[in-house]
Amino acid sequence: MKKAIKMDEKDNVATALAGLVAGEKVEVISSRQEPVQQVTVNHALPLGHKIALADIPKDSTVTKYGATIGKATRDISVGDYVHIHNVRSDRLPLTDHMLGLK
Amino acid sequence: MEFQGFQRPNNLVGVRNTILVMAVCDCGEPAARQIAEGIDGAVAVSQYQGCIAMEVAPTLVGVARNPNVGATLLVAMGCEGLQPEPLREEIARAGKPVEVVNIQEIGSTRRAIAHGRKIVKEMTEQAARQDRKPFDVSRLVVGVKCGGSDTTSGIAANPAIGVMSDMLVDAGAAVVMIEPIEAVGAEEPLAARAVNEQVRQEVLNWVGNEEKRWTVPGASVDFMCTGNIEGGLTTLEEKSLGAIHKSGHRPIKGVLKNREDYLETVPPGGGFYLQEGIHVELHAMTHMAAAGVHIIVFATGRGGSFGHAICPLVKVTGNPETWAKMSEDMDVNASTIMEGKESIDSVGQRIFDEVLAVASGKITIGEQLGFYNFAVWKVDPRLEALLGLK
Repeated sequence: MKKAIKMDEKDNVATALAGLVAGEKVEVISSRQEPVQQVTVNHALPLGHKIALADIPKDSTVTKYGATIGKATRDISVGDYVHIHNVRSDRLPLTDHMLGLK
Repeated sequence: MEFQGFQRPNNLVGVRNTILVMAVCDCGEPAARQIAEGIDGAVAVSQYQGCIAMEVAPTLVGVARNPNVGATLLVAMGCEGLQPEPLREEIARAGKPVEVVNIQEIGSTRRAIAHGRKIVKEMTEQAARQDRKPFDVSRLVVGVKCGGSDTTSGIAANPAIGVMSDMLVDAGAAVVMIEPIEAVGAEEPLAARAVNEQVRQEVLNWVGNEEKRWTVPGASVDFMCTGNIEGGLTTLEEKSLGAIHKSGHRPIKGVLKNREDYLETVPPGGGFYLQEGIHVELHAMTHMAAAGVHIIVFATGRGGSFGHAICPLVKVTGNPETWAKMSEDMDVNASTIMEGKESIDSVGQRIFDEVLAVASGKITIGEQLGFYNFAVWKVDPRLEALLGLK
């Protein structure tokens, strides 16, 4: 089974250690290499991208490294791909230039 | 725990016994290179900011006073705005040999080179007679830095380096991080580690002032880029938390400042410190060297092919592809974390062990290649004045 890593026990997302396909079951490990939980991913995502480990309601906090990395812009379900389409920064809105659009 | 180092005056310890041949400015640079050419243990550097860049003087002094340097030869053209004699006097306060070769005074570049080579050969012979002695690990000062970052940096290399940072601090050693721009977006978690309210405010200023410098009109820098987002980083907070992870989790004892006539150095007693400066790799490394850092641990996703003139670099990659392709250029493999084969703590322990080995004289990859990069960052006093930062 492919793995994803949960960097801190408070986190509600894990980072994929390999590219994942929709419907695939992934083993989530802690930074100490202990198995934490298994999650079925709802969407394909590349290595280094994130999946939700729990339901994250709209406007609630997305946590990685034990700290806030942003807020959900819509309801996120466990196993969902978590990225710029459903999370916004509290600190710096993304510009078209950052997105490579101009 | 101990390492084998070189005793210096003023109760300092070095991990190298480098003879520094320092061109005061670029005019003296070719002569400095020819003076050091082929002499084992001699390293030539220049500062590339011009001869009236008085702002670099504290950095040059700090570098020459770094305990990894056994002795210094300053090579001057003679007519520099940045005069060698005041530099020599400041460097001499560290109690180590320092001499000047002044080309215009000698009146011939060739004679100046021959004279310089004679001095440097004597300095290296003197250095070769000094033996390493055991010192407690608490005497070490280690810098942490990242560059060529990718998706793996925030998951593997930086967190593992963070474990090493905590181990060093717990053993009584000091750790320094310099890149304030990397912390934009992670100010609060970082500031929460300050030992007191005054330091907390200093940490916030350390980040906030740097953000001001990079957001003046015409200097706009994207704190996030397309590559970050394609790599899986969603927000600035996530990117910055991954970057500052290499600083570990121990309390922040202070922010080392750039004073007008000197750079603050790491005080004795160990602990974790931030330093004012720049994020650009080699400039940042030189600045840390000027603060008294012995060894720099460098996290790189894509792989970095350089070394530093004063501080041996321990290069760590968390990227399995980079390790597969460039393992002969890397000192530590952290990609086992990405492969789910090794814990972050275990890799952190290996980096710690490598740092101790390098402190005792193990030659890093950069040193094997004979790479002694050097670049000096110059604070821009106009910008500081316009922004009201000084």
